[in-house]
Amino acid sequence: MLHKLTLSSAIKKLKKKEISHTELYTDIETQIGKINPELNIYLSLDKQAIKKAEKLIDKPLAGVPIAIKDNFLTRELPTTASSIVLKDFMSAYESTVTDRLQKEGGVIIGKTNMDAWAHGSSTETSDFGTTKNPRNQDYSPGGSSGGSAAAVAANVCISAMGSETAGSIRQPASWCGVVGLKPTYGRVSRYGVVAMASSTDSPGPIGKTVEDTAILLEQIEGHDSFDATTPEKEPSRVAEHMKKGVAGMRIGICYSDHANLKNKKVTEQIFAAGKIFERHGAQVSIVPVSDTVEKGKILKHDYAIGVYTVIQRSEVSSNLARYDGIRYGVDRSNLGPEAKRRIMLGTFTLSKGYADKYYIKAQQVRQLYLENFRQLFQDFDVLISPTTPSYAEYIGAGKDNPMFGELEDMLLEPTSISGLPGISVPCYRDEKTNLYLGMNIVSAWWQEEKMIRAAYLYETESAWNEWRK
Amino acid sequence: MKPKALGTNGENNSMENGYTTIVGMEIHVELATNAKMFCSCKNDPFGAQKPNIYTCPVCLGMPGALPVPNKKAIEWTVKLGLALGCEIQPYSQFDRKHYFYPDLAKGYQISQYDLPFCRNGKVTTPFGDVGITRVHLEEDTGKLQHATVDGEKVTLVDFNRCGVPLVEIVTEPDIRSGEHAKIFLKKLHQIIRYLGISTADMEKGSMRLEPNISVRKSSDKVLPSYKVEVKNINSFNFVKKAIDFETTRQIGLLEKGEIPKQETRGYVEATSSTISQRSKEEAADYRYFPDPDIPPIRLTTKQIEEIASTIPELPDTKKERFIKEYGLSEQAALAVCEEKTLGDYFESCVSLSQADAKNEFSPTAIAKKIINRPGEITEESPQELIEQMKKNQLEKIIDPTLIQESVIKTLSLQEKAVNDYKNGKTSVLMFLVGMVKRELQGKGDATVIEEELRKRLG
Repeated sequence: MLHKLTLSSAIKKLKKKEISHTELYTDIETQIGKINPELNIYLSLDKQAIKKAEKLIDKPLAGVPIAIKDNFLTRELPTTASSIVLKDFMSAYESTVTDRLQKEGGVIIGKTNMDAWAHGSSTETSDFGTTKNPRNQDYSPGGSSGGSAAAVAANVCISAMGSETAGSIRQPASWCGVVGLKPTYGRVSRYGVVAMASSTDSPGPIGKTVEDTAILLEQIEGHDSFDATTPEKEPSRVAEHMKKGVAGMRIGICYSDHANLKNKKVTEQIFAAGKIFERHGAQVSIVPVSDTVEKGKILKHDYAIGVYTVIQRSEVSSNLARYDGIRYGVDRSNLGPEAKRRIMLGTFTLSKGYADKYYIKAQQVRQLYLENFRQLFQDFDVLISPTTPSYAEYIGAGKDNPMFGELEDMLLEPTSISGLPGISVPCYRDEKTNLYLGMNIVSAWWQEEKMIRAAYLYETESAWNEWRK
Repeated sequence: MKPKALGTNGENNSMENGYTTIVGMEIHVELATNAKMFCSCKNDPFGAQKPNIYTCPVCLGMPGALPVPNKKAIEWTVKLGLALGCEIQPYSQFDRKHYFYPDLAKGYQISQYDLPFCRNGKVTTPFGDVGITRVHLEEDTGKLQHATVDGEKVTLVDFNRCGVPLVEIVTEPDIRSGEHAKIFLKKLHQIIRYLGISTADMEKGSMRLEPNISVRKSSDKVLPSYKVEVKNINSFNFVKKAIDFETTRQIGLLEKGEIPKQETRGYVEATSSTISQRSKEEAADYRYFPDPDIPPIRLTTKQIEEIASTIPELPDTKKERFIKEYGLSEQAALAVCEEKTLGDYFESCVSLSQADAKNEFSPTAIAKKIINRPGEITEESPQELIEQMKKNQLEKIIDPTLIQESVIKTLSLQEKAVNDYKNGKTSVLMFLVGMVKRELQGKGDATVIEEELRKRLG
């Protein structure tokens, strides 16, 4: 059962020689053999992983196997971003995140399925088939980092890497009952990650526990001379702060009065979490929703969907321009319907005569959200909300619904367009369906240690993390 | 001040016909930084031995690659802006300019749209100031090569040039003639060379010139409704010729009651004319938006001051100083200020000469020696030049009667030249000086000989 080890315990056991790399990898590879054909998690696997692992015992990550979303460029495995346009593409260079992970002793065991170009929230836009939710195979794992979240939930890796533009780490983590951490925009380098929406793309870890994501964040974070949007900042030191508790913290509950969330299990669980935080000395209050920027209130997320949709499509139309059929061998007519839709919409929103109405307007409203959060974080240390409105959707639910992702991610988009960090932790498991709900904990820019403290305390004090039992 | 050599048509080629030529220019200059604009690849497309050797994921536009701006290139752009009297913007940004072309790796060029580094400068010329609308920084594209490989006609792409820092200078429509454009460009070129930010070599394409030309009735005060852009020009002379040609062509159309088409034309060297390349009736939509990969750039007053302190004395100032300080003539001062290195060389020679009180030469004599040098000044050190002047001086001291005799002899032998001179072809005078010097086996002072000749020729 070594495949069920958390990252922190696997590192400890390997270092103490309680287990060997061979035992760990054999166990995980057996698990992959059993589960992967059915769940369609991995797009490629490194058969040499074990050989690399043994040499890394003295490194911080001790040679543990890590699954990587297929939009991180890797030299030794193909990188497709789940699109036929990049089928068999072998990168000439390594992404900063995978480079740092490997230097610190991580081993890339395989590349995971995702929505093609990260366009989607279910992995259903992948050109290489949909991934199934390991908790219940009739359901979607979420997306776009669905393969990575599923890999963690199915124990076919020890930890995983995902990337989030608006919800793509936290939403699949929530649906798969695992922990997903989206860092502050600019904390983790985007160099070598196939770009989706450059102004919000944030690579981040998906793990079994809060601690696991904290360990990984510390290995990958920090200024990168290849990414001009990563400023020189103090390290997050999340692992160090993690166990400090929430005493004295000011915690705000957000969106609990939304029509789609009222009287729902997920809202009930957020209030229950509030009680736990109160019991441990935090000051918990409800943050009312408002139509305009008002002190002490949170701007309703409805505008954020529009803002995010316009900005993201605009950037997508630009970022995909390089796949022009000249250099990557595959004609651009092979782009899937979702990519085509986004390119068309984004081209429109940037066009002369329309940019003012759409792109520029969206950027203006984005400023309002930034202003709103700047004010809110004067009064609160962390904000909590449901990660998604409900449980995982059926496979096929997103078909023919181009706004599917935006609706699923509606609670995450205001913070994503603002570049804020957030973490999703399991907050409920439905016994009948075995499906999970997630709680989203957000802190101010560059203050990941605060959300980690709340997340860790909640995980310790609640019953929903299966690996902590 | 109007140098004679420029003729009288500098102000406006077409004024006498009741038309005014209106020209604005776009000038692209490749900066000579060590590295490319957004990556650390070597910036040396002309020195590259093979295609695609100075490339990396960034300048090839590989998936996931990100641009990081070259600080030096930004500083040099600001430096140029300051030298052109521009206001430096405290807040600038890079934008993406989208269009499709195989030599453009990312499907967009990183350029600057509404927030360039520099605005509102000007270049003073004898025919009027040329306003500088803006100076901005962007990246160059790759280069297409049409070739036959294994019997098949193909187009190849060389990305050595892709991502080279490129400055674009846009002028106001202040230029009124081909000659005006030429003198403006010469001056701009000189400033760029003084700053040491580019080779500005037009043959190699490191300085590219695009005039936008239109013509209006001189009585009209508004800009014409059309403009014609001329491409493929690689010398100042060709810019002049293109403007002259377009002026005549467009006036011809206007006289017939037609409005010239808004279009891009190409310059044809062989015929000194332009031909239509593509119609530009609708402006292209480049879908500009701020590049999210590059944070906006803020320049503090202190930073701008620091950059300003690196600007050397510019040609105009240097020329005025040489006239005042060394008593040079306008023409001599202009000539030694042509290149910064030449001016520096001149000053070294002057101070060397001044240090040797016994054999001091006048700055005018030194300037003359430098201007009439046969080869490149780099071939000779200031010391060597002064030594040579001393030697020449010794040689020049010869019997004046010897000069007179040689002059008489030469004039009797060169009957044709004498007749030419008397018929007004005064340029033969220098030929005769040469002949006399030959007679004297290289000795004798040219000025003295010239004087003697004039006297005899009457």
